[in-house]
Amino acid sequence: MTARQAVAALKLTLLLSILVAAINAVAGTLVAWVLVRDRFRGRALVNALIDLPFALPTIVAGITLLALYGPNGPVGVNVVGTRWAIAMALLFVTLPFVVRSVQPVLMELDREMEEAAVSLGAGSLTVFRRIVLPNLVPAILSGAALGFARAVGEFGSVVLIAGNLPFKTEVASVFIFGRIESDAVTSAAAVSVVLLALSLLVLLAIRALGRLGHGR
Amino acid sequence: MIAVNDVTKRFGDFQALDGVSIRVEDGSLTALLGPSGSGKSTLLRVIAGLEAPDEGTVEIAGRDATAVPAQKRGIGFVFQHYAAFKHMTVRENVAFGLRVRKRPKAEIAAKVSELLRIVGLDGYQSRYPAQLSGGQRQRMALARALAVEPEVLLLDEPFGALDANVRAELREWLRRLHDEVRVTTVLVTHDQEEAMEVADRIVVLNHGRVEQEGAPRELYERPANPFVMGFLGPVSRLGDTLVRPHDLRVHTEPRDGALEAQIARVVHLGFEVRVELELDGGEPLSVQLTRDEAAELELGAGDIVWVARPGVGDASVRTLAA
Amino acid sequence: MVVDRRARIGLRVLALAYLAALLLVPVGVVFYRTFEHGLGTVWESITTPAAIHAFWLTVRIALIAVPLNTVLGVVTALALVRGRFRGKAVLHAVIDLPFAISPVVIGLALVLVYGRTGWFGGWLADHGVQVIFAVPGMVLATIFVCLPFVVREVEPVLREVGDEQEQAAATLGASRWQTFARVTLPAIRYGIAYGVVLSTARAIGEFGAVSVVSGKIAGQTDTLTLLVENRFQNFDVAGAYAASALLALIALLTLLVMTGLRPRRDQS
Repeated sequence: MTARQAVAALKLTLLLSILVAAINAVAGTLVAWVLVRDRFRGRALVNALIDLPFALPTIVAGITLLALYGPNGPVGVNVVGTRWAIAMALLFVTLPFVVRSVQPVLMELDREMEEAAVSLGAGSLTVFRRIVLPNLVPAILSGAALGFARAVGEFGSVVLIAGNLPFKTEVASVFIFGRIESDAVTSAAAVSVVLLALSLLVLLAIRALGRLGHGR
Repeated sequence: MIAVNDVTKRFGDFQALDGVSIRVEDGSLTALLGPSGSGKSTLLRVIAGLEAPDEGTVEIAGRDATAVPAQKRGIGFVFQHYAAFKHMTVRENVAFGLRVRKRPKAEIAAKVSELLRIVGLDGYQSRYPAQLSGGQRQRMALARALAVEPEVLLLDEPFGALDANVRAELREWLRRLHDEVRVTTVLVTHDQEEAMEVADRIVVLNHGRVEQEGAPRELYERPANPFVMGFLGPVSRLGDTLVRPHDLRVHTEPRDGALEAQIARVVHLGFEVRVELELDGGEPLSVQLTRDEAAELELGAGDIVWVARPGVGDASVRTLAA
Repeated sequence: MVVDRRARIGLRVLALAYLAALLLVPVGVVFYRTFEHGLGTVWESITTPAAIHAFWLTVRIALIAVPLNTVLGVVTALALVRGRFRGKAVLHAVIDLPFAISPVVIGLALVLVYGRTGWFGGWLADHGVQVIFAVPGMVLATIFVCLPFVVREVEPVLREVGDEQEQAAATLGASRWQTFARVTLPAIRYGIAYGVVLSTARAIGEFGAVSVVSGKIAGQTDTLTLLVENRFQNFDVAGAYAASALLALIALLTLLVMTGLRPRRDQS
């Protein structure tokens, strides 16, 4: 019984973490672009706020999302107990990773490459697609991977809003917690090892990517 | 033909260009020459469309290009630091402009091969820019700019980042390339020797204004003002006139109209000899002689000599009031 | 690349809307909800004995974990940048470890090692030391999760500064300690400061690991974060919001300090 529950929890965790990493790759790049290339009032403030998920306790992040998107929320939606709720919590917590990873690369990017492309007749979209993006890919990937590693183990922000129904909305970390409370330490440890292996794999991949990037 | 009409450009408080007008003839190689901050790069970028002028217009091939974006001006631009697409191979770099124009693959391949042959990078097709030397990267950049058959080729201090001997080599090579390909070319440089060697016409800029424009010889022999004279070659000051050091004559005996001076140092620079003198009042003066002239006079430090200003009626020598 | 005006504004609106929906509006709502019923109730809520105890417990844990971590972090950074030994990659991996492990797993690991039936558990119990389900365990958990922060901030600064100044000091006759105190430390002080701020924020905000390790003995082993969850589970939603608002305030303060320090850290 618990073995199947464990597998379900792991599957859900993996699925949601990958989804969130993918969304972050796009949204994070967009945010980084606007923060680096655009100029508007309050840009410095917005830039500082990107680190909010790093500074805010995870449990508070959970309550925060609950306040807005839960029962009695002003928007009128109630996502408590849905997978969307978990995804949102994970998006909140992993927001800074891609943004902070892409920002420095974007700032260092040789503008003359883009000017050269323009002088050769390329329109803005082409310049982004062919010149800027390829140079951002390593940073986007490593940021998304870091976010993934974080999402896989996330607990505090998820535990309140997810509803934690086994097989439906129970992620691996909540499962482990439940097993510890029931004194079933072995099954807790087993799932922990899988999570650990996953994160370590991702971390190694990021380091390898970093070395590859420098090689070019 | 390129026409720049009364262009002004400011960056914040800094006036980069102040009412600049120039004409560039079809097929010519024109150099924009000046010190740092003179506005020459800004002018080039305004012609390219990479900067928009605050006032004034730019015409390319008879049409008003002021409002036309850089993509559509039909220019080729070469940057000082190459601006190579470092994530693409040499072939992909050179092919970029053609791929953007959606030319057929076969045509692109043929053109790229041809251009790489012309610039001497045959066989480097699959290399990445990081694997090339500075000179090779710049030649690739030139091939890339020429691939789209631009009406105008613009070069922004193209050899500034290269070693001296590579620079000399590429300078010569550029002149030969221009003679072969015959594209209207504008070159920005702060090196007067480069400008004199390569260009048909030189435009001298200072503080955002045109000081003088003309053929290299004309600028050297008939400079319009002390700045141009000083920028294009060495200058010696004799009282309140400016003279080229190699136009002064040194005599070992007093002569009418010659000034007395003592030799401080004789510097042998290979073919030329520079004699550093001290005039009566202590002011320094530099005279340039050929090796033969110096040998004939047998000059040494401490000797007293007489320096003659070129005669007033001597039309071959140009002096300027300081 | 000059993006045309319409596209630029479109991208800006998209990005800001995403950030608002995800970050700003939720935080705003929490503050609104908290103070909805007036400042008085909020004050009462965060001055209950349980809340005050939780606050001081959080502070105590941070006051032990952060300084320890700072010293450890500076030493490790020095070893990584200036030291010469094999296995630097391993050390790097160990430092990054807390980033990769779920806090719940960290708590589990601590239980398995220091718990009554754990590796050291028996030995510790014999000596009357209780680690798990007591404050020492929570301190350990906090130290572990804060481990990377100081190192990761000091390391690049140390690398950037280079050792020429230190070599110069050596040629002028300074001892290793003098060189460290007078040359190295001042050069890296903003990196350290930034790392300390990040560590402190993390220490105060830690939830998962201390949750496992604390045993949740209310009034005794509840930190502020655990208090929030506790109140929520006991349907004291207003109380949970109040404690959350306090933590959020601390977080915003942290952000402020971080923003202030960042340019100075980047300068060195």
